[in-house]
Amino acid sequence: MIKVEGLTRAYGSFIAVDDISFECQAGTVTGFLGPNGAGKTTTMRVMVGLTPATRGDVTIGGLHYRDIPNPGRHVGVLLDASAQHAGRTGREVLEIGARTMGLDGSRVDEMLDLVSLDAREAKRRVRNYSLGMRQRLGIAHALLGDPSVLILDEPANGLDPAGIRWMRGLLKGYADQGGTVFLSSHLLHEVEQIADEMILIGNGRIVARGTRDELLRNATGGQSTTLVTALDNAQLTAALTEKGLEVHPAGAGLRVTAEPVEVGRVAAEKQIVLTDLRAGNEGGLEDLFLELTADTQRDVIASGTTASEVSA
Amino acid sequence: MSVSSAPTTLDVSQTASIPFGRLVRVELRKLADTRAGRWLLIAIAALTLLVLVIQLAVVLGQDLHPKYIDFLQGMNTPMGVLLPVLGVLSVTSEWSQRTAMVTFTLEPSRVRVIAAKFVSILIISVLALVIGVILGALANVLYGAFSGNTVVWGSAGKFAVYYLLLYVFGMATGFAFGALFLNSPAGIVIYFVYSFVLPTIFGIAAALMNWFESLQPWIDFNFSQSPLIDGTIAGNDWAKLVVSGVIWLVVPLVVGVWRIRRAEVK
Repeated sequence: MIKVEGLTRAYGSFIAVDDISFECQAGTVTGFLGPNGAGKTTTMRVMVGLTPATRGDVTIGGLHYRDIPNPGRHVGVLLDASAQHAGRTGREVLEIGARTMGLDGSRVDEMLDLVSLDAREAKRRVRNYSLGMRQRLGIAHALLGDPSVLILDEPANGLDPAGIRWMRGLLKGYADQGGTVFLSSHLLHEVEQIADEMILIGNGRIVARGTRDELLRNATGGQSTTLVTALDNAQLTAALTEKGLEVHPAGAGLRVTAEPVEVGRVAAEKQIVLTDLRAGNEGGLEDLFLELTADTQRDVIASGTTASEVSA
Repeated sequence: MSVSSAPTTLDVSQTASIPFGRLVRVELRKLADTRAGRWLLIAIAALTLLVLVIQLAVVLGQDLHPKYIDFLQGMNTPMGVLLPVLGVLSVTSEWSQRTAMVTFTLEPSRVRVIAAKFVSILIISVLALVIGVILGALANVLYGAFSGNTVVWGSAGKFAVYYLLLYVFGMATGFAFGALFLNSPAGIVIYFVYSFVLPTIFGIAAALMNWFESLQPWIDFNFSQSPLIDGTIAGNDWAKLVVSGVIWLVVPLVVGVWRIRRAEVK
């Protein structure tokens, strides 16, 4: 539904987006992941015609954004929840959108209801909104025209955990009904649970893409990993190494290149008491994310410390 | 829903483009739906009324003999100063408040949006004129009733056209400066420099240099508008109005629109 072909955006000698191509299918959620400054926002801005592409092309449903009549009825866009007139009330922001798109006024109430902004909050000026409330208002604005495509830049930013869960459900349901969702995030965990496909971007280039499972398989070189902690890690390390398994220290425990069942079996054989045993792929995905985008990370993670520890 | 059966094109056959009239209505609404915009409109109306009341009190108290156009001239001070500010803000608030991002995603044709904004300020100019003409007439009638003197109307219809032009020029120049600078404080300050400081400088230059004195009416848009204010415009005054108007209104407007078309909207 969304097709990006060889998109490049340069600012002088700085290349914000470097020859990226991908597609988003209808009925799916595509997550666009990368650290701050990786080129996510620029890509999205080009998609909706706010920034001209230096090279390449973006079409939505076969059309350039500028050629879509009354685009708000087809493509819901949220690029920056703070880009609203601080002196307007939340309701007025939606009213203006609804009027521009030629929608019935009742649509405004429906949307306020959908994003759980109550009548009192809707009457307040956007200046007095928290970031979470602005984000909800922005999502309401994007959904106003009942579009079949959603382009959302960091929609979970500023939402509390309950809000993030609410938004996940909303977008998942939207995709299940045949909608196309393209959303960006710099936080892996915000996206991995709802994205059917993930596109990882770093330094303006796509560094990896695929479903969660595909990415995981790549992350671990096609092998499973297990995180394990024993009362005596040294003893466990020795036992595992003896079996020819690869073991690395990871935080308070060990990361083993093997299925959890194999590790458990070794521990049982040697009568080693385990305090924790679980599949280590989750961390693998996060490792992959950090590793692939390492060049663009602002904070370099000290060597020997794995990402899973940092996030733990 | 399986990917293979998912649609890959948007069905836009049932969707009409946004009608221009709707864009204009939305832009009119945006002028008044914020506290700043609403108070600016209220301030313009209130100051105009205040000036008129003071003027009426003065002419009655000092036994002056004002004509209809004198009341129009009195009102031109608050309207002429504040309407252009509204003109500036109608463009720049989209940038300072960053709502241009939303506006231009709902209507990707930036030229249509700018045109709708321009039409909306023209409508405000007409409204201002209607209010001005009515208030001026009311003041003139009241003057006649209180003083017992004969009321002088002059060419009231012609004056109405002149003042409409003045309001349109004022707002449009403000609009053009707003489009040129895309920044509220810069647009307003530059407009006031243009409308209050520049005429003084031009006046001094004209007094010092003979050749400049004959050039001034052709390049000073404020100067060339003065025959409209006192209702004496005639002959090549119109040509001077057009030439100076091209310099101070049309050129900034064209450059401003060109800039907006190309600007990256952040």
